[in-house]
Amino acid sequence: MKVRVKVNGVANERDVEPRTLLAYFLREECRLTGTHVGCDTSSCGCCVVVMDGTRAVKSCTMFAAQADGHEILTVEGLAEGGKLHALQQGFWDQHGLQCGYCTPGMLLTAYALLKHQSKPSEADIREGLAGNLCRCTGYNNIVKAVQQAAGGAQ
Amino acid sequence: MIPAAFDYFRAHTIDEAFAHLQQHGGDARVLAGGQSLIPAMRFRLARPAVLVDVNAVSEFDYLRINGQVLAIGAIARDSDVERAPWISDRRWSLVRDVSRVVADPVVRQMGTVVGSLCHNDPAGDWTATALASRATVVVRGKSGTRRVPIDEFLVDSFATAVGEGEMALGAEFPVPDDRTAGSYQKVERKVGDFATAAAAVQLSLNADGTIRTAGVALSAAGPTAVRVDEAEKLLVGQKPTAELLRAASDAAWKRSAPQADLRGTVEYKKHLAGVLVARGVRQALARLGVQA
Repeated sequence: MKVRVKVNGVANERDVEPRTLLAYFLREECRLTGTHVGCDTSSCGCCVVVMDGTRAVKSCTMFAAQADGHEILTVEGLAEGGKLHALQQGFWDQHGLQCGYCTPGMLLTAYALLKHQSKPSEADIREGLAGNLCRCTGYNNIVKAVQQAAGGAQ
Repeated sequence: MIPAAFDYFRAHTIDEAFAHLQQHGGDARVLAGGQSLIPAMRFRLARPAVLVDVNAVSEFDYLRINGQVLAIGAIARDSDVERAPWISDRRWSLVRDVSRVVADPVVRQMGTVVGSLCHNDPAGDWTATALASRATVVVRGKSGTRRVPIDEFLVDSFATAVGEGEMALGAEFPVPDDRTAGSYQKVERKVGDFATAAAAVQLSLNADGTIRTAGVALSAAGPTAVRVDEAEKLLVGQKPTAELLRAASDAAWKRSAPQADLRGTVEYKKHLAGVLVARGVRQALARLGVQA
């Protein structure tokens, strides 16, 4: 079936099987491998992307067909004009990543969180990221990174 | 694993979705949030030949208080409930509690209330909540639309009153009166896990402080969420006391018939059912300004 998805502002039209998951559409069809596949069954959050500007979704648990006609933001679309997004800068400054595998999902989940709550408390951030697993950092620096980005966005 | 192949139809109206379901009968499944269905398909526990995607059916996209009921459309997301403008009203405290512990915050941005009821997982959160709230599910069948009380809707594990070719259109939760509060108590190993045990409680009080109505239900306590009738009967008409809470808790312990798994033994889960009902009743009362 024909699927048209605007990814990071770029229109992508592909002929795919209905069973193609959005994560694989992004990685294999659009060649955007920043979206990672971890558990592949909605538990870990590595594959989170943002749909239509405000909704964080686990792209391993959504068919590409469901994104037909929608806009998707992936980690590749965060920086603008060579300048890191405030969240990316936060992760850089606060050492919010080690191996980096969970980072794209963390960034996009936090992106949607800040769209709904521009001034989240530490508890809000911890709660908002509870569907994203990180096995390296112990989360503290990730929380600090999001706090920095939220502060900088004022 | 990649799911088994299927035919995909995107519906734009309720009539269109219903026509696809009528045509494909038992081979077809409705795709709403997909947060249970897609993982089940990925594990090949489910292999529907046809998916009818209802995400573009705007008639299903509502969450509103309609006179006497909170009406929840088939594609209203868990996160819509979590962020509803009325969610902090004490009357909705049970719904508020549950909206914050279903799955995880990202899954809630896709997952739907009605889909969760239709999936009818033995450890579902919305099913127990719907029982304690005395909710109704609106089902469209060949001979028209009917309202099914939640007790009749939950038939067995992963089975509901929605028959082949039929479709749940929405759910209706009665609007509680001013002297109502509830509580959802869930023990889970980690955020996003299924409940090890959970209890949903909703209580309303009379002016004299006696309990007017009681809804008490358990999840992860049998093939489906279950109403603890005996606890409800014990509570109604009584003034809350420590003794009464103990009796309600014992009734929950008795009613709970869980399966042992990695989350715990039967004995442990039964114990939790009793403890969580007591905690739920106590918290609902505390929200009403009553100590027990």
